[in-house]
Amino acid sequence: MFTCKEYRKVETLEEAWQLNQKKSNLLIGGMLWVKMGHRNVQTVIDLTGLELNKIEENEQEFQIGCMTTLRQMEEHEGLNSYTNGAIRESIRHIVGVQFRNGATVGGSIFGRFGFSDILTMLLAMDSFVELYKGGLIPLNEFVNRRRDRDILVRIIIRKTPGTFAYHSARNARTDFPTLAAAVSYYNEAWHVSIGARPGRAMLLTVKEESTNAEKSREEFAKSLGEYTAEHIPVGTNLRGSAAYRRQLIKVLVKRACLEASPE
Amino acid sequence: MQLTLNLNGTPLHEEIAPDTLLLDFLRAHGCKSVKRGCETSNCGLCTVFLDGRPILSCSFLAARADGHEVTTLEGLQEEAREFAAFIADQGAEQCGFCNPGFVMNALALFRENPDPDEEEIKEYLAGNLCRCSGYEGQLRGICSFLKWKKQGGRP
Ligand SMILES: Cc1cc2nc3c(=O)[nH]c(=O)nc-3n(C[C@H](O)[C@H](O)[C@H](O)COP(=O)(O)OP(=O)(O)OC[C@H]3O[C@@H](n4cnc5c(N)ncnc54)[C@H](O)[C@@H]3O)c2cc1C
Ligand code: FES
Ligand code: FES
Repeated sequence: MFTCKEYRKVETLEEAWQLNQKKSNLLIGGMLWVKMGHRNVQTVIDLTGLELNKIEENEQEFQIGCMTTLRQMEEHEGLNSYTNGAIRESIRHIVGVQFRNGATVGGSIFGRFGFSDILTMLLAMDSFVELYKGGLIPLNEFVNRRRDRDILVRIIIRKTPGTFAYHSARNARTDFPTLAAAVSYYNEAWHVSIGARPGRAMLLTVKEESTNAEKSREEFAKSLGEYTAEHIPVGTNLRGSAAYRRQLIKVLVKRACLEASPE
Repeated sequence: MQLTLNLNGTPLHEEIAPDTLLLDFLRAHGCKSVKRGCETSNCGLCTVFLDGRPILSCSFLAARADGHEVTTLEGLQEEAREFAAFIADQGAEQCGFCNPGFVMNALALFRENPDPDEEEIKEYLAGNLCRCSGYEGQLRGICSFLKWKKQGGRP
């Protein structure tokens, strides 16, 4: 746990940003992750007063405030009907309901954790992050950016027509995933995102032509799994070896692809 | 700093250190059902309700409860006793240490979903760990409690 001398519930994003420029201060989302470390902090910066704990939806997109909890996303009807339940599937295995009532999407995405289910899922969607200073950038670009002291204000998900599916493998219920796979089809391409490699999630985009269109759905799904296993690097950690992860990729991507296949 | 909240129906106004965890605040105010079973947000033993929603009080700053309603097992005695009798009937527990967090989260489940199936029960309670049992007794206890409720809650 961290200790702090001051707790500040900020009134504006500018105030939060100014405070966050100091290394001795700490911005918290749900604080579930930062609590695991030990630090002496000057000021804890809390965004709960900025009404950023909401999911707004219009014809074009979802705008998800950074303080929205994982549980809110998991239960959101619009997000789940758009993704055919894939959002819920990517979140419901994370620890427990009480945990997900605390953990925020802002902390989850800003943290860019290798094991992240939700980062893996959002990468396979037409998603962007809105940074206070950095503006709107595609999530796929944000993932590989060096960490700075900006503030993630919202996640934007465009409602590009598509199909989505999510699968993960865990050694035990509520553990981190050993491998996470999200597969989607939109803008006439397959998007395969693999997380818990164990490194940060990576996205592979495959135009339909580059795999053989003559194949049956089943054959195509199998070949997409094999293609992903060849092109996305994986490693070994205590949850599984690289060789095991390559096998998991083939199986999970095949299943997710079948689930997300347009009829 | 100043903290104003409602704890089990009683308004409180207190001076707290800014890094006080809600769990420690609650225990200092006599809510000894709230326990720390882990240090990693994994076990669910510290579960309390914030405005009716279950949260982990070990991972929540007391300062953030300002202006909110906090409920612990101490504030739900009757509801809890009724349900806990069904767990006891199954001899589900051994040491019983996990019980307060488990009962709190089960009550949260029944409020959100009064008629859950087995899968929904398992999913909702996945974040409540028990080191002694295999969860089977608890599951039977929950199912017989729900059955009893459906039949009108009479003995
Ligand atoms: C025990 C445990 C098990 C977990 N298991 C899983 C799992 O199986 N799958 C999974 O996907 N995830 C898992 N997680 C991660 C979890 O889901 C969250 O992603 C994580 O806790 C971060 O969210 P938070 O709201 O707690 O962020 P915090 O811990 O508050 O913050 C995380 C980091 O992001 C920064 N930050 C927070 N909000 C913002 C913002 N708006 N702008 C800029 N920076 C910000 C903080 O300064 C901090 O550096 C687990 C975490 C724990 C502690
Ligand atoms: S004490 Fe274990 S989750 Fe809070
Ligand atoms: S009965 Fe001992 S931890 Fe659950």
